Amino acid sequence: MSSSIVINKVSKSFGKKKVLNQINLTVKSGEIFGLIGPSGSGKTSLVKIIVGMDSPSQGDVQVLNTGVPNLKLLQRIGYMAQADALYSDLTGEENLAFFASLFKLKKEEKKRRIAYAAHLVNLTDELKKKVQNYSGGMKRRLSLAVALIQDPEILILDEPTVGIDPELRQSIWAELYRLKNEGKTILVTTHVMDEAEKCDRLAMVRDGEIITSGSPAELKEQYGITSLEEVFLTAGGKQQ
Amino acid sequence: MSILAMVKRIFHQMLRDKRALALMMVAPLLVLTLLDYLLAGNTVDPRLGVMNTNDTLVERLEDSNITVLQVEERSKDILLDKDLDGILEIAGEEVSLTLTNDQPNAAKALQIKVQQAIAAEKAKVQGENLSAFMERIKSQLPEVPVKMEQVKAPEVATSYIYGNKDTIFFDQLSPILVGFFVFFFVFLISGIALLRERTTGTLERLLATPILRRDIVFGYLLGYGLFAVVQTIIVVTYAVKVLDITLVGSFWNVVIINLTLALVALSLGILLSAFANSEFQMMQFIPIAIIPQVFFAGIFPFESMAGWMQVLAKCMPMYYGGSALVDVMYKGLGLGAIRNDLLVLLGFALVFMVLNVVALKKYRKI
Repeated sequence: MSSSIVINKVSKSFGKKKVLNQINLTVKSGEIFGLIGPSGSGKTSLVKIIVGMDSPSQGDVQVLNTGVPNLKLLQRIGYMAQADALYSDLTGEENLAFFASLFKLKKEEKKRRIAYAAHLVNLTDELKKKVQNYSGGMKRRLSLAVALIQDPEILILDEPTVGIDPELRQSIWAELYRLKNEGKTILVTTHVMDEAEKCDRLAMVRDGEIITSGSPAELKEQYGITSLEEVFLTAGGKQQ
Repeated sequence: MSILAMVKRIFHQMLRDKRALALMMVAPLLVLTLLDYLLAGNTVDPRLGVMNTNDTLVERLEDSNITVLQVEERSKDILLDKDLDGILEIAGEEVSLTLTNDQPNAAKALQIKVQQAIAAEKAKVQGENLSAFMERIKSQLPEVPVKMEQVKAPEVATSYIYGNKDTIFFDQLSPILVGFFVFFFVFLISGIALLRERTTGTLERLLATPILRRDIVFGYLLGYGLFAVVQTIIVVTYAVKVLDITLVGSFWNVVIINLTLALVALSLGILLSAFANSEFQMMQFIPIAIIPQVFFAGIFPFESMAGWMQVLAKCMPMYYGGSALVDVMYKGLGLGAIRNDLLVLLGFALVFMVLNVVALKKYRKI
């Protein structure tokens, strides 16, 4: 299987503070890869570097065999930021249409993709409402719909299920699997361990370093433990 | 394509934000109306107390619209009790004037009028002395013809290059204000709009799409620029048709100037929003970046500024905007006269735009 995202010795410092230290990571195409770690571990910094919103102090990133940052590459990446970056004075539909235009979708396709993305996140009936009247979960779902709008090959989702109720979380994961089966590559960050189980492979991040990586089963076997939570604590060197 | 999407979005947002829309379109009309009434108000005749003055001087004073009252004493108490603006005392050759000076402008005007009246009075006395002197010479030397013209108060026929005898300060001030309102409100609304994009993360989200950085800047300029056009047309039409402000030159030249000013304000607003973290911090730029512009827009004459102040004035966009607006609205000059001002303004806008595109590198390097 070819690699979609290759991260090569990436370090990032803000002033004297080192937030990422010598990260090496490869995401294969067609897999769901999880970045697991507590808040402030450097997940978001890494994700921003992959998308090209931030540049690494050292090292380089290749996405779909193209060096980051690259404008054309952004057409092929669906990005969902940690904060809901939506225009609250516009309706859900207008938000989707706006981003669809930025991805240069044709009129017909735009309509089709808006309908598809809205249906996927269960917002079809709420599209005419202004985003400022949305609940937290609805905003999160709309953000996901925005990330999907241009039918990207790679999805990079920064904590996509925060603030979403368990039922919808299930359905979003079901959809991520469906997208994976379509051949899409998905990079997901989370700090919820039970979501880690759902990934094909995952990397555990703490204090800007990858402490361990592999498939959930491999990790459990490697450490001889049954829960990923304990793997995280063991690998991180902190015993309960 | 991306620019059009930006413009469309800005339209949606602005048309829904009724308050911002009102601020942009109605607030300038309100302020202009207020100022119009304030500045067009009738001037009150000054009240002058006099001691030991002769009747002709009093007459002269009254002729120049001064209310004259006889008083017994030149003292603060009388000045204040009788609500006078000044007391004039004449003791032989010595003339003393005490002014209340609670409003320096009015006091200066009164002082000048009094001085003129006394000078005219003196001139008349001198003229009389002179003709008496001539008479004496004539009687002593009857064979020499001496021509003596009658001394008359000179009539000065005044003509005006710009404006007329009824022109008031507001006629010169209003073009500057019209430009300033466009500048100020466009600055505020566009700056805060982009700031909101920064704080809500939508700017970062925008830059995670293949949009070019310059397209974001152009989208903003075009989107808010169109609102600035509407604002300019409303403000200028109102000023001319309703408030009857002097507009000698072409209406469309005024629109062109204001549009260029709006372009500068837009690009400056979104540039400064890069250095603010909140709406409040954006407001903090107003006393630094906006208010000083008014002073250099032509309200105070450029020639009377100190050398370094003149240099400062030339760094202010409103200096060029104000001068161009006065040229067109008050002096009635054409496009040729304001071309240089417009070019400098466009230069400002261009520099700010480039800086904006560079500033967005903070979010995305390419």
